[in-house]
Amino acid sequence: MGSINLKQVTKDFGDVSVIKPIDLAIKDGEFIVFVGPSGCGKSTLLRMIAGLEDTTSGNIEIDGQDATDTPPAKRGLAMVFQSYALYPHMSVRNNIAFPLKRAKVSKAEIEKKIASVTKTLNLSDYLDRKPGQLSGGQRQRVAIGRAIVRQPSAFLFDEPLSNLDASLRVNMRLEISELHKTLATTMIYVTHDQVEAMTMADRIAVFNAGIIEQVGSPLELYNTPVNKFVAGFIGSPKMNFIAVEPTATDATCCLGIRPEHITISTTSGTWPGKVGVIEHLGSETFLHVHVEGKATFTVKAGGDCPYVYGDNIYLSAVENKMLHFDAAGITLPQQHASLVAI
Amino acid sequence: MSIKNSHRSKIIYTFLAWTISSLIFFPILWTLITSFKTEAEAISASPSLFMFDWTLENYEEVLARSPYFNHFWNSIVISLGSSILGLLIAIPAAWSMAFVQTKRTKHLLMWMLSTKMLPPVGVLIPIYLLFRDFGLLDTKVGLVIVMTLINLPIMVWMLYTYFREIPSEVLEASRMDGANIAEEIWYVLLPIALPGIASTLLLTVILAWNEAFWTLILTAADAAPLTAFIASYSSPEGLFYAKLSAASMMAIVPILILGWFSQKQLVRGLSFGAVK
Repeated sequence: MGSINLKQVTKDFGDVSVIKPIDLAIKDGEFIVFVGPSGCGKSTLLRMIAGLEDTTSGNIEIDGQDATDTPPAKRGLAMVFQSYALYPHMSVRNNIAFPLKRAKVSKAEIEKKIASVTKTLNLSDYLDRKPGQLSGGQRQRVAIGRAIVRQPSAFLFDEPLSNLDASLRVNMRLEISELHKTLATTMIYVTHDQVEAMTMADRIAVFNAGIIEQVGSPLELYNTPVNKFVAGFIGSPKMNFIAVEPTATDATCCLGIRPEHITISTTSGTWPGKVGVIEHLGSETFLHVHVEGKATFTVKAGGDCPYVYGDNIYLSAVENKMLHFDAAGITLPQQHASLVAI
Repeated sequence: MSIKNSHRSKIIYTFLAWTISSLIFFPILWTLITSFKTEAEAISASPSLFMFDWTLENYEEVLARSPYFNHFWNSIVISLGSSILGLLIAIPAAWSMAFVQTKRTKHLLMWMLSTKMLPPVGVLIPIYLLFRDFGLLDTKVGLVIVMTLINLPIMVWMLYTYFREIPSEVLEASRMDGANIAEEIWYVLLPIALPGIASTLLLTVILAWNEAFWTLILTAADAAPLTAFIASYSSPEGLFYAKLSAASMMAIVPILILGWFSQKQLVRGLSFGAVK
């Protein structure tokens, strides 16, 4: 069991409202990612679920029971922190055994569980080392081991990979996803990295300024964002936005086109432009194209892109792939006459 | 050129450091030497630094005349007792100030520190009357209480500064792992903060060992520590420089040895928080 229900949950720090009323139902066994820019309230909400922050108003239910005022130790949740938060004076063995000792588990049972967890996480050779003698990746594994050993009803991850280097981050991302498939336990994962969110989540909740803008599967958010913020936040590189004048029949104030939905031609197209910086990634290429009077477009092309800095080219949008936003940034229903209005 | 300059400045700084250290150490050296002189040589108009008849008679007489080991034991009980009792109060207080801060925490810390700005004589009469009414005059328990109260603000401040350097996530992790507040402090905070706690304990033991104002006023014989023992050789039994020096040396040697062996820890304790 590991369902979590947030009902009209809010958090104020003095006069500042950090979390505005939020409703969210997290299903048992689900991998949900909270994503958003720094200061949007995602970590605060995670800490409220953990019980490390008080809730100003509203209710937090864990497995159908009201846990709003339950202390962290009694919520049956485990948390992995950004800084690992290992006990520096304890060996790996004692770090992992700590939650079991607090739960008064027998010594024999503790040894059995440590052996099983450290085998899963490839930590068996480091049991007697202190955290200071481990690499970043190993420390993160110990933190995860400490979390899984007590078989919590849900795992809370607070930006657990942000202290790791890029290649290790990809490996750990896969390991955590693998762990979720094996354990089938609810996981709530906070990150500001939308690639982590897209690759790991069953569902993503996009946060902005203390509210959830949209909750949905990664592809739902990618294909049908409810507003300009979600459209801009999900997807890498970011969506291109073009300001347009609304008409009497069309309230569109802004158009959004993803870099992969733009075609390039040397002879004709909707927007003439000049190629700027080119980023070659091997399998694909990102071109930054300056379109006079509009903006700089990011365009995704194939790995063998023939263009060079300063080339004059034409850009066009793939039909039906353009998003329309009104003055408030809300996504409008699909429209087809857009190119005429540009 | 610059190497020559740096060499010259090194010599100047070394010379200055030795001069200042010698000036600070001189009274202790003088007391040490005087303790080996006869009373006549000690009050001589042309005192000699080394050229005199060295004698141990002052030490023999002081040991014969006063219950030195009783005073020594009282000093140990009072300084250690008050420091340990103070830690028991200061650790949870500093924990709450460092990790469960409220809007008033800073004011509370300032208020605690401000009590150290009050001259002790300002509370002399109320404390004396309380001690008299509660039968605490000339008792070790009474002095332990007073020393604890005197040193508590320093202990809370030192521990607070040290605790602030410990990442709160480590303590939060222990809470998530099922530890209650007592377990969080005992199993996680104390082992991590052990160097800071040791420094605090050392400093307060030294402060309590050297405290003379309250020990002289609140004790007579039974609970008198070494500070009162020294004072007994200046009055009322007459002024005996050599014996006074011998008594002083016997009182300060234990704490000097403790300070010598723990100076690294003390310096660390007094400077933590200064450089982040």
